Amino acid sequence: MRRYFTRKFLIYLLTFFFAVSIDWAIPRFMPGDPVQSMLSRAALHPESATAMYDYYSNSFGLDVPIWRQYLNFWGSLLQGDLGTSVWLYPQPVSSVIANAIPYTLALMLPAILLSWWAGNSFGAFAARRKWLDNTALPFAYILNSMPYMWLGILLAWLLGSVLDIFPLSGGYGYGLQPEWSLEFIGSLLKHWFLPFASLFLVGFGGWAIGMRNLIIYELESDYSHYLTALGAPQRLIRRYAFRNAMLPQVTGLALQIGVIVAGALVTEIVFSYPGLGNLILQAINNEDYFLLQGAFLFIIIGVLIANFVIDMVYVLVDPRTRTGMRGATS
Amino acid sequence: MTDANLMTVPDAAADPARRKRSEALYFAVRNPKLIVGGTVLVALLLLAIVGPYLTDNPPNDYVGPKASPPSGDYWFGTTTFGQDVFSQFVHGLRTTFVVGVLGGGIAALIGMAVGFTAGYRGGRVDEFLNMVTNIVLVIPTLAVLLVVSAYLKARGVLVEGLFVGFTSWPWAARAIRAQTFSLTARDFVDLARLSGLRTRRIIFREIAPNMSSYLVMTWILLFGGSILIAATLDFIGLGPTNGTSLGLMMNNAVLWSALQLGMWWWFIPPGLGITAVVGGLYIMNVGLDEVFNPRLREL
Repeated sequence: MRRYFTRKFLIYLLTFFFAVSIDWAIPRFMPGDPVQSMLSRAALHPESATAMYDYYSNSFGLDVPIWRQYLNFWGSLLQGDLGTSVWLYPQPVSSVIANAIPYTLALMLPAILLSWWAGNSFGAFAARRKWLDNTALPFAYILNSMPYMWLGILLAWLLGSVLDIFPLSGGYGYGLQPEWSLEFIGSLLKHWFLPFASLFLVGFGGWAIGMRNLIIYELESDYSHYLTALGAPQRLIRRYAFRNAMLPQVTGLALQIGVIVAGALVTEIVFSYPGLGNLILQAINNEDYFLLQGAFLFIIIGVLIANFVIDMVYVLVDPRTRTGMRGATS
Repeated sequence: MTDANLMTVPDAAADPARRKRSEALYFAVRNPKLIVGGTVLVALLLLAIVGPYLTDNPPNDYVGPKASPPSGDYWFGTTTFGQDVFSQFVHGLRTTFVVGVLGGGIAALIGMAVGFTAGYRGGRVDEFLNMVTNIVLVIPTLAVLLVVSAYLKARGVLVEGLFVGFTSWPWAARAIRAQTFSLTARDFVDLARLSGLRTRRIIFREIAPNMSSYLVMTWILLFGGSILIAATLDFIGLGPTNGTSLGLMMNNAVLWSALQLGMWWWFIPPGLGITAVVGGLYIMNVGLDEVFNPRLREL
């Protein structure tokens, strides 16, 4: 148990170190000079341009040797300073991201958790039930094979453009200001629904299929046959099968987190939802590499936390990890 | 007599193997999932191969009237700029298959190399490879791709396939490691080791053939996964800079407000193409599972 946690912790620390180092490299190794490209947008005299260049290089911390920049990056990172946005100069990156984070979390967390829960329940229910297996599962397969943004596009087109039930883009109505009023929250929910639904549906299909296959495996295993031979009720056997099939699904969630996050980011782009995904697109288009760096940092931290939580949950649901037996995969 | 005994050994070994193969074939041609998935896949593959010859319009040239719905001249209509959507679609389909085969293939190779080594060697090697796997698993692919794309101003389909392959192997490595682990504990592997076979030979002759169906299915899943990842990359504009792809088509459609203008012929085909290819692969995978694993067959 203790060994398990020390090893996990070490791996997370190392991963964090590598991921942040790659993150640091983004603005430094980009084509063109971010400062130059920012200055070239404002037409300046050559001599004032040099002065400006020096000023901005200094304020972005790009005028010291590269190893020094790396150390400085870690230093300011640990103080919560992510630098200044080029696109929205002089807003600090951290505040730009802080505005986007609530939207992304409000979208991702319910979509991931609900689709996991609903998909697993449905998959377990559908397994070895001929009628459901033949009607509902093909749909689950189709959902699971859809690219996230395409389902988003389809929903936006059908429910947003053709039927005009839901708004097509944005986080809230154009005429509104963020405030705690009923009207604003209603508008927020209305804009939230379509991106949520498209994320939920793709995930739902995948988990349902996975669970269905795992339950069939479990129902065909020796202990299930033994229970059947003893005359145990089918409900009980299914419950045992479900508990065993949950373990790979918990690990599966950890394996899938990266793909799901990427899916959520493109879904945001489809709906112009004001979260991190849209911020990343804007940052790429505006060559704002510091913003890009900050956004990725939050994604790295988020994915690491999610993985860590899943590891904790795994210890809770799989007693073998607690007694030090070979239970957990890694 | 000893000679005679030795002579019969390969025969006895070959016979059940042949029977097993014909049994797999027997169930394969009777498995509806395998047939449906395979048919969809083959049809799309043919379209990807033949399609570009059916149209004279280059995919990115402005050839036709602007924003016209599907017609006899332009089977899938045209974009806002008058590009032929059908031409883009078939060329994009080609790209999709190339990226899938390449990305899935590379990921499968790395996954097998890491999985076999970690599972067979165990100990320190296993710990180290496990750590690498975990790190690659968590590092956001997009961030790495941004740095890579910085060096390569002109990215082709090959680069994209390579990149997807190099980042999507971890789960396969884990799965193969777990399988190898359980096979390594079997008697016949011990026997092979006792008889002095070299490690590589044990892995390729004793372990890999016993999980060949599993490896094939892993490759199929990686194939489908690579296509989806590539579509995501294309969609945010990190895809191939030359040529066309299905993800890029969707990107352009959203960018130029095809949704608001109701130009469904622009964004339906590319997504449908990807869904059909990936869905065909996944359904085939379940069919194969039922063919190889007698317990799963519906009786």
